[in-house]
Amino acid sequence: MLTKRIIACLDVTAGRVVKGVRFVDLLDAGDPAELAHRHAAAGADEIVLLDITATHEGRKTLLDTVARTAREIFVPFTVGGGVRTAEDAAALFDAGADKISVNSAAIADPSLIGAVGSSFGSQAVVVAIDARRGSEDVEVAEVYVNGGRKPTGRKVLDWAREAEERGAGEILLTSMDADGTRKGFDCELTAAVGSALRIPVIASGGAGNAQHFVDVFRAGCADAALAASIFHFGIADVRELKQELANQGVPVRLPC
Amino acid sequence: MIAVIDYKAGNLTSVMKALTALGAAAQITEDAAVVRAAERVVLPGVGHFAATARLRETGIEGAVREVIARGVPFLGICVGLQWLFEGSTESEATAGIGAMRGCCARFPEPHKVPHVGWNTLAAAPESRLLAGLPAQPFVYYTHSYRAPVIRETVGVTQYAGPFSGAVERGNLFGVQFHPEKSGDAGLQVLRNFLAVPGC
Repeated sequence: MLTKRIIACLDVTAGRVVKGVRFVDLLDAGDPAELAHRHAAAGADEIVLLDITATHEGRKTLLDTVARTAREIFVPFTVGGGVRTAEDAAALFDAGADKISVNSAAIADPSLIGAVGSSFGSQAVVVAIDARRGSEDVEVAEVYVNGGRKPTGRKVLDWAREAEERGAGEILLTSMDADGTRKGFDCELTAAVGSALRIPVIASGGAGNAQHFVDVFRAGCADAALAASIFHFGIADVRELKQELANQGVPVRLPC
Repeated sequence: MIAVIDYKAGNLTSVMKALTALGAAAQITEDAAVVRAAERVVLPGVGHFAATARLRETGIEGAVREVIARGVPFLGICVGLQWLFEGSTESEATAGIGAMRGCCARFPEPHKVPHVGWNTLAAAPESRLLAGLPAQPFVYYTHSYRAPVIRETVGVTQYAGPFSGAVERGNLFGVQFHPEKSGDAGLQVLRNFLAVPGC
């Protein structure tokens, strides 16, 4: 049976993993290679490394970090943040990424999705969408770029459909409304995007406890869920989270 | 030396990394002579079935047929497994090598495509490639087309029905999943492949 994936996300800047509620209050939380290895050993189904500052000067540091992290990781490894061109993507694949995630640059130039996909396969292209809807209906949820700071005027459902048509392999859907709240994923939005597409949807933003994952897999119909800060807030590791999901009847990879 | 065949269809870094981590001396090549001289051959693959047309153009196909006939251990991964069959509906104009009977086809509606993630593999106990694994190991898949279950199938996965997760006949092996991305179970598969006596 195809299992629900738990994806461990590492926010990285200047070669170090940082934690905190996105961009405020960043604290040094360790070495990316070491943490990625620890998450994989604890049963993470996939590792995502996100370059949260993504400056031009930081690019070489990022490639070094990716290469170092990839060396010991034998589960899928996705890298995102600041991928602007097919060349940026190629450099990350060479460094050891299995998939790249594109966000703002794909909105600015949607042909980037097909350009990366035609060289590396559509399974290697994750389109990350930062969504905000406040208390409005899911149909009006809007795509934000530049780390969630800039509205684009594009509807999330429209953009997700276009991304699929252009050859995205998966959608990484982050609810900006839920992100950082620890009050649960936006299940309604996740389900709406999932049912509009045939490619897998990864839910992100809002996880605070194991029940939130159960909810997003059931009510949200998510294929995978991203866990970032949850491991700093009471759940020991991926294994403990998965054990709890298994207890509640969610199919997960165990033992792992 | 292990020849890892490059046919410009995606990323070989992960396969090389896994082989290297297991202590194998592997070389990426597009040269039919290197394939002919190799002790083992790996044909990785992500991407489109049509990309395998390049194997014909570069003369690799002939070298592959030759090494398979000689009994050199050969492992096709993902599209590399599909190419062992007669063809794929992904590209009707591109034939496989027909070492395995049957044709690959896309997962039907309304299932999500691609099939991405960790799924169980029902492993045949007599398989040499899958030796030492639990009966139902989890392995990582990412693909939109799959091969039918045939006599040589040694690992079956269920998604929109059963398909070939692994095939095996003598020293000819194929896996639809990605052993280089399947954690310890995947590394065990590669270790088994490296341990198969050559010819």
